[in-house]
Amino acid sequence: MAEPAVTQDQEKEEEQKVVDDGIDVGISRLTTDKIETVINQVLKTETGARLKTYVNTCIHCGLCSEACHYYMSHDKDPKWSPVGKVKQTIWEMIRKKGRLAPEEIRRVVEIAHTECNLCRRCLQFCPFGIDIAYLISMARRICHKLGVTPKYIQDTAHSHSVSMNQMWVKGDEWPDTLQWQEEEARGEFPTLRIPLEKEGADIMYSVIAPEPKFQAQLIYQAAAIMETAGVNWTMPADKGWDNSDMAMFTGDNEIMGRIKRSHFETAVRLRVKRIVMGECGHAFRSVYDTGNRWLGWSHPPIPIVHAIDFYYELLKENRIPIKEKFKEPVTLHDPCNVIRGGGLMEKSRYVAHALCDTVVEMHPNREYNYCCCAGGGVINCGPPYKLKRVKSNKVKAEQLMEARTRGAKVIISPCHNCHSGLKDIKNYYDLHMDIKFFGDIIYQIMEKPE
Amino acid sequence: MVDQSKWDWETREKEVPFDPWKENFNWVEEPYASPDGEQVAAVVNIDEGEFNVCVNGETWESPFEKIWYLRYAPDGRLTALVSDMAEWTVAVDGVPWENKFGYVWNTLFSPDGKHIAVAAQADGQYCMVLDDTPWETTFQNMTYFAMSPDGSKTAAVVQVTDFGEGEVHKFQEGCFTAALDGNAWDTKFVNVWNMAVSPDGTKLAAEVRLNLYEYSIAVNGQVWDKSFPCVWEPVIHPIDGSVVAPVRTAGKWTLAKDGEFLWDARFPQVWHQQFSADGKILAAIVSPKYGRWTVAVDGRPWGVTFGTLVSDLVVSPDGSTIAALTKEGETWKVVVNGAAWKDTFDMAWRPVISPDNRYVGAKVERQGKYTVVVNDRVWQKECDAAWDPVFSPDGEKVLLRTLENGRYLRRVLPVTEITG
Repeated sequence: MAEPAVTQDQEKEEEQKVVDDGIDVGISRLTTDKIETVINQVLKTETGARLKTYVNTCIHCGLCSEACHYYMSHDKDPKWSPVGKVKQTIWEMIRKKGRLAPEEIRRVVEIAHTECNLCRRCLQFCPFGIDIAYLISMARRICHKLGVTPKYIQDTAHSHSVSMNQMWVKGDEWPDTLQWQEEEARGEFPTLRIPLEKEGADIMYSVIAPEPKFQAQLIYQAAAIMETAGVNWTMPADKGWDNSDMAMFTGDNEIMGRIKRSHFETAVRLRVKRIVMGECGHAFRSVYDTGNRWLGWSHPPIPIVHAIDFYYELLKENRIPIKEKFKEPVTLHDPCNVIRGGGLMEKSRYVAHALCDTVVEMHPNREYNYCCCAGGGVINCGPPYKLKRVKSNKVKAEQLMEARTRGAKVIISPCHNCHSGLKDIKNYYDLHMDIKFFGDIIYQIMEKPE
Repeated sequence: MVDQSKWDWETREKEVPFDPWKENFNWVEEPYASPDGEQVAAVVNIDEGEFNVCVNGETWESPFEKIWYLRYAPDGRLTALVSDMAEWTVAVDGVPWENKFGYVWNTLFSPDGKHIAVAAQADGQYCMVLDDTPWETTFQNMTYFAMSPDGSKTAAVVQVTDFGEGEVHKFQEGCFTAALDGNAWDTKFVNVWNMAVSPDGTKLAAEVRLNLYEYSIAVNGQVWDKSFPCVWEPVIHPIDGSVVAPVRTAGKWTLAKDGEFLWDARFPQVWHQQFSADGKILAAIVSPKYGRWTVAVDGRPWGVTFGTLVSDLVVSPDGSTIAALTKEGETWKVVVNGAAWKDTFDMAWRPVISPDNRYVGAKVERQGKYTVVVNDRVWQKECDAAWDPVFSPDGEKVLLRTLENGRYLRRVLPVTEITG
């Protein structure tokens, strides 16, 4: 593994220079009295037995520490351990009965938003099953209520609030992009359709806004797969098409609920039986777990099928004819939200083996896989935190490098945030590995019209 | 409303061959039946980049490069969003509007079908277009859309202040408002969402976010005296013009009227509230207990609850019949006045109430075959496609529109043929 290109001094300087309007302006407006009021209001009215149980149960054993990629990547410095992060945030708020100084809130927001991915790997190792991601999420909720959230992710939450998508995609841009992709794809699949607003289709296919904004080829590929597999599908032309949710990660539960309501009610309006979502992890968490529950739906009112699950189904039923398996050896990254959160680890492996000649397992794997360090909204906090993010996942680079020494040349990452995070890691640590979605590989190797 | 008494309620069966269309075109997209059942239409592909609309086997006079969102207006006119030479407009019965735009979408119809509106973008500016007349004012962005009940006015949520990428604090000062017929309110908000226009067109109400934490309802730009941690879409009382919206308070939901709590009951969720036409009955979909769903009428929930979903609330004009769809696991049912029907379906469509309240019907689907159900009795025909049933004005007959074995069929049956 090559040494990073920049010197340690340069890095240190860059890390210390973080300027973030979202935090700086927010902090300048705070007083200790306001902080006290907000913290106590949130702790009193928005947490209950769950928080109390977690706080009273933790015996500070530290078994969570080595589960955390931040801790492992920072020479096991306890301040990066999950319990250390809780100690510096929620526990401090409880200990001081909410009376924190504005500068202490700055540290809380840095930890909650840029030093924890809410990946829940630590939960796998806690002897009591304490969900530290929940505790850090509460810290984010408090930061939101205090008006101190990193600028880039706050901007994304604003985009959600205006347009119900995370990239400020305007009402006309969405259907126009789909029609453009449909037209492009007809060069290869002459009768292909991206059926808009087709009421009664079996499936509503939903994506995240970066797809129409920057990665329209993923929509093309999905349409090609649907066409080849003969799926009766549709995409909405209006709001509700974006399954992503950064408001969930900023603690803006009200906007989270609003965008999830839009998503599910669009599926209900289109009379589809299932929502199939693209290869995104955090969106799965929002539609399968968090957003629906805030609205009062204990389960998604329309079943949610992640792309891994959908590809598994199509391959199992031989609905995608494969011309030739993917030759280059691959390794499989297990995204937190769909593997630890959704239990799709074996289906993911089925898909990988069905598509690829050689699958090299990275270790640890499945529910014990290391996080990409991009998820949980961390990558969405933007460029100011990029260096900290990649340096905080040295352990992931080592894990990937180890798979590479056993022959893996391509990382399959069925999650958008993981994809971007792993790309940064491979570039920073000079790993020389390619990264692909399952959809990239399926499109590449499936039979297409002559 | 459309005068349905003029429709043919006598001829028992009419037929239009549909499958032969597939021989004449490269492909035929999903069909749509006219409200009176006399026509069936579909977008068809003629050649590369050349589309048309086929109606009862005849195409429109001119083809277009692109066609989407084929929909019948309630009065039977057939509309589509069409494009030629990279310009978009609305075609009505094959005739494009004179005005052309960079893009058009979100077609709206008045209940009587006399008015048609779309959202439009031209040169990066946005406006509504009503019956081929664009607003005089345009905006840099436009998100939510509404039409007055008589179709004479259109409304939209519009952006009135510019802000750049990442300018979160400027955004939080409020850059959005609502506009009626292009006239924007003076008041700006962080967010504006769903709107309602009063029957007389004088009142526009919308859900607004005052800052990141306070939500309320604004009426003609004036915010209610009270704010809430969250609100949902408002409706306007059909007679007295008061505005009613779901509001969140102390972690639960209820209904508020003109800013004051209307219902005493508090629920984990309340939405889709709806007045009867006389305004005497107010029903809403509610969650009486976390994870359970039902309908509440004037604040009192039905005794029966459902686990997965309640949707498609329909209130008869006099409020005496209230119907909805329910979902338990994967199966759908119709529920009427608190009583769930026995039959379950793989999918169901919005219930339809007969004018005399005697019957409730719905289009339903089981294992890929479509039929209708009326008063919990399933019509014993399995069809390849079906549309919502329509009851005759006297409630004696039902119009059924279906596709069966490559034929489109328009049937008029005595309702008792289904209900027994």
